[in-house]
Amino acid sequence: MINININKELHGAKGLMNLKVDLQIKKGEFVALTGQSGSGKTTFLRILAGLEKAKGSIKIDDEIWQDEKNYLPTQKRGIGFVFQDYALFPNMSVLDNLLYVKKDIKLAKKLLEITDLSQLENKMPNILSGGQKQRVSLCRSLMNEPKLLLMDEPLSALDPKLRTKLQNEILTLHKEFNTTTIMVSHDPSEIYRLSNRVIVLNHGEVLSDANPKDTFLKTQGSAKFSFEGELLDIIKADVLSIAIIAIGQQIVEVVITDDEAKALKIGQRLNVGTKAFSPIIT
Amino acid sequence: MIETLSYLDITPFIISFKLALITTIILFIISLPLAWYLSQTKSKAKPFIEAITALPIVLPPSVLGFYMLWALSINSPIGSFFEEHFEISLVFNFTGLVIASCFYSLPFMVQPLQSGFESISKNIIEASYISGKSKIQTIFNIALPNMKPAVLTAIIVTFAHTVGEFGVVLMVGGSIPGETKVASVAIYEFVEILDYSSAHLYSALMIVMSFLVLLSVYIFNQKQKKKFGL
Repeated sequence: MINININKELHGAKGLMNLKVDLQIKKGEFVALTGQSGSGKTTFLRILAGLEKAKGSIKIDDEIWQDEKNYLPTQKRGIGFVFQDYALFPNMSVLDNLLYVKKDIKLAKKLLEITDLSQLENKMPNILSGGQKQRVSLCRSLMNEPKLLLMDEPLSALDPKLRTKLQNEILTLHKEFNTTTIMVSHDPSEIYRLSNRVIVLNHGEVLSDANPKDTFLKTQGSAKFSFEGELLDIIKADVLSIAIIAIGQQIVEVVITDDEAKALKIGQRLNVGTKAFSPIIT
Repeated sequence: MIETLSYLDITPFIISFKLALITTIILFIISLPLAWYLSQTKSKAKPFIEAITALPIVLPPSVLGFYMLWALSINSPIGSFFEEHFEISLVFNFTGLVIASCFYSLPFMVQPLQSGFESISKNIIEASYISGKSKIQTIFNIALPNMKPAVLTAIIVTFAHTVGEFGVVLMVGGSIPGETKVASVAIYEFVEILDYSSAHLYSALMIVMSFLVLLSVYIFNQKQKKKFGL
């Protein structure tokens, strides 16, 4: 069980902001941390890792990482951390990157086996592809069998196909080691697939804390399905108007009335849903 | 020419290189923690320390030499302390030369090391801390091996700069043959006594050696860059 109760003043994009998080995380939980950029996600991870200081307390089982009197340095926390840009040691081979954390050759070989990297163990990081680098980074973060694994947008630099493959590997490793994990991610499908709990941060505060289904399912009332999108433009067409909306990677057109058009502002977030065959905009 | 060669006294060169070697070793040890501190700190004191470190680059060697002479002589607290407690005189001998050279060449060691440390991604340093490694382990296992060109530049430029110093050496060390008379001072004296053939020979030797040293540094750096795919 991890008890976190921290606060820290941050200079965000919109001026001063107070990062205030009070959380309990159970052993073996896979928590996804999401929210707009600048909401304090990365800072929160860095505070847990001991890379940045904050007021408050962090306890993991009986071990105090920080409170009023104590502050355990990063080196002694025994955590794993996966960086977005991999942060492999360029002067060491794949295997040596793992062994640098702990001289446990058996565990290193096992991790490389699971992630399909055994063939590359003697290669230097600069010849690996992005996906391979991130798998090495993932293996390295598990070498000290961490009590807590932190991942800061681990897959955001990879293309979608590779992302799915790595998500499966993360899942396999999580099942194998049952490591308590906190992952920062913006990708709902990734969060849905990997995590069992989603925390949404907004301006440094926890906006919601629920399971992925409740967090991301946006249907309202009797709508059969519903998507969140951004209104790009409204085009006048005779008596009606057409709203151009970006949903994910796609652009859709939805017919709306003039009254509806007046109530909408270009650039706003909205939900597009349908009951039977008549689309509604909310 | 042949005649001059056979009479050639290489002692000034040996003193120059001995001085440069000792200065480089001392400065490397002193500059590692200083450069690391400067590369990592966000303290407001950083610009002040950087400015003080860089002073020897802009100051005329005579200014530095004058203050060194003043500080190290037995009339100053520092000089008299060493004289009384260790019976060591710090001016007009080799020890004094080493101390003066360390001040004079400090920026040439600190600056390349500092930019070397700064070129290492912050995440890589943090990844090492997260792996449970101390700052010292991180410096030697992660930082230094990934900035070999910077380390080599720092060492060679410091060495070459010390070999090439003149003003400070002359003021603090004088020109005692076999003790403080380095190559650059020897050349100056040959010119003074109008012995141009010796001055030519010494100068040409300096140029050739300096060129070879610098050339090998740049060749090494080019190879390193290829190796790490930069």
